[in-house]
Amino acid sequence: MSDREFEPRIVAFFCSWCTYTAADLAGVSRMKYASNIRIIRLMCSGRVDPQFIMDAFARGADGVLIGGCHPGDCHYISGNYKCLRRFHLLKRMLSDLGIEENRLRLEWISAAEGDKVKRVVNEMVQQVRALGPLDLPGRFGEWDKEVRELDARIQQEHDAGPCEAHAVKESQA
Amino acid sequence: MNGGNGDGDLRIGVYVCHCGINIASMVDVEKVAERAAAMPHVVVARDYKYMCSDPGQQMIAQDVRNHRLNRIVVAACSPLLHEKTFRGAVERAGLNPFFFHMANIREHDAWVHENRDEATTKAIDLIRAAVRRVGHHKALERRTVSINPNVLVVGGGIAGIHAALKIADAGRRVYLVERELSIGGHMAKFDKTFPTLDCAACILTPKMSQVKDHPNITLWTYSEVAGVEGFVGNFKAKIRRKPRYIDEETCVGCLECIEACIFKEGKFPDEYNEGLSKRKPMYIPFPQAVPQVTAIDPETCLHFKTGKCKQPCVSVCDRKAIDFDQKERIEEIEVGAIVIGTGFQTFNPTDRLPQYGYKILDNVYTALEVERLVNSSGPTGGEVVLRDGSRPRAVGILHCIGSRDTKTNIWCSRVCCMYSLKLAHLVHERTKAEVYNFYIDMRAPGKGYEEFYNRLLEEGVHFIRGKVGGVTDWAMVPEEEGRLVIRVEDTLGGFVRRVPVDMVVLSTGLEPRADADDVRRTFNISCSTEGFFLERHPKLAPVETASDGIYLAGCCQAPKDIPDTVAQAGAAAAEALALIDRGEVELEPNTAYIDADECSGCKSCLSLCPYNAISFIEEKKKAEINEALCKGCGTCVAACPSGSIIQNLFEDDEIFSEIAEVLSDV
Repeated sequence: MSDREFEPRIVAFFCSWCTYTAADLAGVSRMKYASNIRIIRLMCSGRVDPQFIMDAFARGADGVLIGGCHPGDCHYISGNYKCLRRFHLLKRMLSDLGIEENRLRLEWISAAEGDKVKRVVNEMVQQVRALGPLDLPGRFGEWDKEVRELDARIQQEHDAGPCEAHAVKESQA
Repeated sequence: MNGGNGDGDLRIGVYVCHCGINIASMVDVEKVAERAAAMPHVVVARDYKYMCSDPGQQMIAQDVRNHRLNRIVVAACSPLLHEKTFRGAVERAGLNPFFFHMANIREHDAWVHENRDEATTKAIDLIRAAVRRVGHHKALERRTVSINPNVLVVGGGIAGIHAALKIADAGRRVYLVERELSIGGHMAKFDKTFPTLDCAACILTPKMSQVKDHPNITLWTYSEVAGVEGFVGNFKAKIRRKPRYIDEETCVGCLECIEACIFKEGKFPDEYNEGLSKRKPMYIPFPQAVPQVTAIDPETCLHFKTGKCKQPCVSVCDRKAIDFDQKERIEEIEVGAIVIGTGFQTFNPTDRLPQYGYKILDNVYTALEVERLVNSSGPTGGEVVLRDGSRPRAVGILHCIGSRDTKTNIWCSRVCCMYSLKLAHLVHERTKAEVYNFYIDMRAPGKGYEEFYNRLLEEGVHFIRGKVGGVTDWAMVPEEEGRLVIRVEDTLGGFVRRVPVDMVVLSTGLEPRADADDVRRTFNISCSTEGFFLERHPKLAPVETASDGIYLAGCCQAPKDIPDTVAQAGAAAAEALALIDRGEVELEPNTAYIDADECSGCKSCLSLCPYNAISFIEEKKKAEINEALCKGCGTCVAACPSGSIIQNLFEDDEIFSEIAEVLSDV
């Protein structure tokens, strides 16, 4: 990270019918919100594959936001419920990985709620900024380094262990 | 078809739109185009004032020819606005229309950010994502399905009536469903209409009978839409027909049964007259009701209440039309398009604005009640009288009740100024009373409206600019004794006034119907923040909804007067007809399919599909998707453990490349 103040990077997956339209409405209404967000359009929040979220974190996202229609309002009847289910499962896994809770957020935002897009994005940017960089690629690097070092040490001990004894035996002989 | 799929021969054109200055003022479009030109596989990158204009679209076509482009990215407004436009341009240029992707740098960027550098960086990120994504796009074909030519019109007010007649006149079958016993809606309650003062009944009732007699219209009153399934061109609707205990086919509307009813006088509040008169349990909502069929109110009918009525109505009906055992029925219909004209309700000031004394002080009325009083078919035969039967000497009309206030409804209801002027004229004409209008701003934006206001000024009606603080019967001086006193700050005079009157009229505003949210869910459409149904685009698609094939007419979309309602109903009818006359509709090819080689037959996807589009083929031990049933949500795709389900236009590779590129600029 440079000397600049930390700017969180947030990837958002918005369903086309409600939340993406709400983000359009926020635009048409000229509401202003933090520019840290990059919105990816899907037809339904039910399309949000947990791998998308993991991939975003792995590639350096500091937060992931999912937006769908309110319960009962899904254009595809129940896609948002499926999304909710996966969201809860994934949250547990993320906490095991040491990824803070506030870095993944699911919001129901209807096509009329442009102001909610603004509020949620601003709130999330603020929260993630307070958490600091997630830097999963960096952490992966560190973990890899640790694993490499451990490997090396095991190898060393292995080399030193029976081999040394063997060498001693040989010299005695 | 032009263009290959291999990465090797990708030739991408990127077009960055200025949108006048909408985008260009916040995004450095030249820099963005420059950066885009350096992205992998980009052959041409340009910025242009208006990409959606004809020259803009021509530019794409020309570049496709000259530079042998096979993928196009346009960075402009929302794809929800212009994706269709550009797909058309790409198709005309000889490419598959789906070799195209749009980056939203207006609604999601230029319009919502305040820092030019940040907005420019974001635009570059979004374009980089689009450029990498479009490389994965495949040539797709649109599916077409045939359109059922019938139309469902929901709501039998002036909006629904007009739309139904237009569509029926064009030779299409219309099902008009009205919740109440008669069509006519609010307009049927009015005496005169502004600003021409033509009689509402004289212009409405002929249209109502046309509806009844039209060979192409099936009219179901006292009915509601219970459920809607399907999609554009192929909706299935269930209509709940409530029992009115009279056989509609047999009843000829002689009204003998009402005469014969065991109740000799009306005893129950008459809804049509806003409770200002009484009706019997056997009744017809109003003399010009369509259909001319009576109804029994089971809540008040002696037979239903006690079972001990002698049933004189039955013995007097020689058509044997009375059927106490009538049950609710469900009709199932198939239609290609739906027009929703479910209207509005008026603001109820009872609990929400008690300071105006409605339901507390005797002679405080709502405007709709006064509409009934001035109506010659109303409870007083057109006499404007107080509760004690005397004529008022002075009448105060209070504008903006429930409107233009953050405590109640924030919007202007658009019609109250004008109907207040109309009532002022009618009340003054009938009673010669002094009439005072208390207004915040006088809003008369329509043909002949300002002229009507001027006419009222000349007629000697008083206008006091100020929002009324309250209405009281507490007198401070002798001439206020026994009268209603309106307390108001006269903001033109600059002082507080007390105006004694005999009658107060509350010009209540228009608001969404209480059950608008249920209706919205039934039809899978959206509401705007205030609760009115949301049009697809406020300017370019004012009668369409986000759901294809569903159109809006009248006050369910926003408050409007009769001319605007009729205009919008005509537009909705035209949209519905335009859709139907195409005969078939093209569907987005964003459906999912299963790669049979990869499918492990785990059945995870089967229970996820809300449309039962996935079936399991036992012989092959594989799942299969019926493309005709798939609506393209992608829920199964996200769940497939072996990654063998693919959604067109939203393939994993396409999404992953977007994720990668919006994050690649560290």
